[in-house]
Amino acid sequence: MVISNETKRIVIEPLTRVEGHGKVTIHLDENGEVQRTRLHIVEFRGFERFMQGRPFWELPVAVQRLCGICPVSHHLCASKAVDFFVGGQNLTPTAEKMRRLMHYGQMYQSHALHFFHLCSPDLLFGFDADPATRNVFGVADKFPELAKQGILMRKYGQEVIKATAGKKVHGTGAIPGGINKNLSIAERDELLVDLPQMILWAQGALEIAKNYTLDNLDLATKFAAFLSNHLCIVRADGALDLYDGGLRAIGPGGATIFDHVDNRKYLDYIHEEVKPWSYMKFPFIRSLGTEDGWYRVGPLARINACDFIDTPLAEAARQEFMAVTDGKPNNLSLAYHWARMIETVHSIEKIEELLNDPDLQGEDLLSTGDRKLEGVGIIEAPRGTLFHHYKIDENDQVLMANLIVSTTSNNEPMNRAVESVARRYLSGKEITEGLLNHIEVAIRAYDPCLSCATHAMGQMPLNVELFDFEGQKLHGLSKGIAQ
Amino acid sequence: MQPSILILGFGNPGRVDDGLGPALVEGIRVRNFENVSCETTYQLQVEDAAEVANHDLVVFADATTEQGQPFYFRPVEPDPDPSFSTHSVTPGAILALARQAFGATCNAWILGIRGHDFNRFHEGLSAESESDLQTALGFLAPWLLAQGLEPSEDSVDRTNTRALP
Repeated sequence: MVISNETKRIVIEPLTRVEGHGKVTIHLDENGEVQRTRLHIVEFRGFERFMQGRPFWELPVAVQRLCGICPVSHHLCASKAVDFFVGGQNLTPTAEKMRRLMHYGQMYQSHALHFFHLCSPDLLFGFDADPATRNVFGVADKFPELAKQGILMRKYGQEVIKATAGKKVHGTGAIPGGINKNLSIAERDELLVDLPQMILWAQGALEIAKNYTLDNLDLATKFAAFLSNHLCIVRADGALDLYDGGLRAIGPGGATIFDHVDNRKYLDYIHEEVKPWSYMKFPFIRSLGTEDGWYRVGPLARINACDFIDTPLAEAARQEFMAVTDGKPNNLSLAYHWARMIETVHSIEKIEELLNDPDLQGEDLLSTGDRKLEGVGIIEAPRGTLFHHYKIDENDQVLMANLIVSTTSNNEPMNRAVESVARRYLSGKEITEGLLNHIEVAIRAYDPCLSCATHAMGQMPLNVELFDFEGQKLHGLSKGIAQ
Repeated sequence: MQPSILILGFGNPGRVDDGLGPALVEGIRVRNFENVSCETTYQLQVEDAAEVANHDLVVFADATTEQGQPFYFRPVEPDPDPSFSTHSVTPGAILALARQAFGATCNAWILGIRGHDFNRFHEGLSAESESDLQTALGFLAPWLLAQGLEPSEDSVDRTNTRALP
């Protein structure tokens, strides 16, 4: 942490227990009140540029390098887009169910990792607890059974991924138009052994998240709580569907903004704004404009926007969740944890459903059809809606790649969360580690992966400016900004 | 009774010498030691703590930028590092989690092998690191035997003609 008295600028860097490297700046006015805050992203990947000129069949494997934590989401999302290049978007039952099993394994392990190892220290010890103990090792020390469950839930999800993708990290299961393997009886039976335990542990985690939210509802209604739109994909009947569906957006009160939008038409509904101070773009709903069109994605948005969940335990939990806000969307950032654990239960229920489906032992793995030169894939990644959009030429080389990752969609909400918390906890008060952690807690609720959320090198405006409380620019450095 | 030993190599084989850890594991795997589990991964993750806890001895293998010797072999101490991130977990953090969450009692070492080239997208080691890898294998294989292990009857290198140290 750096506090500069001369400039009244507070810098928190780096953020801990946030994937990637972010920076927050807080600008104070002359009275020491928070004037504005910004969440800065200081890393970029540049995959949209890297992939240009590459053969399209490399995409599902190459894009996984965006992230070591959710490579499966990128693998499957790119595969959905690439399916169009072989006319294989109507998958065989075996191929679709294998991909879904892979995806639910990813969702289960990622949510478990995030909840137990990144967020539970805040919930179990309190935001103001000593950072030396408010971490995963503190959890392992005081709550070893919980830590063990978190590790083994993550491990189970990784085993599901290995059985479907061939490897735990950077697998190759999904290929254009299908999948390259089915699930053997031996693989299925091995996964079935631990399944009952995994369901019980997911339910236990759900209880922790629910009880935390309900026990701290007063805090939750004040902590980074703000109205927003919510966006996700839903199944044709309105059910939560993490793998496939049409785009739905609702307003803060639940009113429909658009619904069941064909994935290939996403650009008619979503635009991205570039701001000079951030590597990350700011997506917004086109019909509402930049001021009002920003939206949340991720577990909170999905639970808010879906009509129901098609697995019994998760649906019961969803109804309990929605009852807190009388059926209206929940706009509390801290409620992300509860929503995330509902999805964890849903994911393990879907894994159970799929493991008992004989289609997974089918032999028909590939489909083909009329080839297209443009493909769009949208999937619900653990952190939120993920868009992959590619165009290729007649030689199968990638001409254009556009990715909107979930952390990018949550860019504006995370900035609002930071500002909300800063205004409440930092203005005119002594700055402590505990107070600073409130900001990190707000960011962590969104489960951001900052490292994969940025775009092509050279196109990203980078502008570093230093202002005093009178608005006088003390120093500035710009890069990549058109003059 | 022979101890159970885990050799866990980590690194990215697609980034030249960053693949030294997995390459060392493959060099041990072909020797077919009884009671030795060989695992590779891109980066250490929390679930590795569960696997570590299942063994008596653990050797983490990784590439190192230290340039003095072909390799180093050091004990790993539990390190409950509060800056824990899933993008970067150290052997010490894994050992700490294994002990705290699973009651593990194992001892662990880190074998760091000198890397020379990390800056290309390329599968395969540099010639210099290939040499350092052989030196490290020449150390580790006898070390495993010294822990009371027996080489299995089919302890032959089936993947190439490299002589066993």
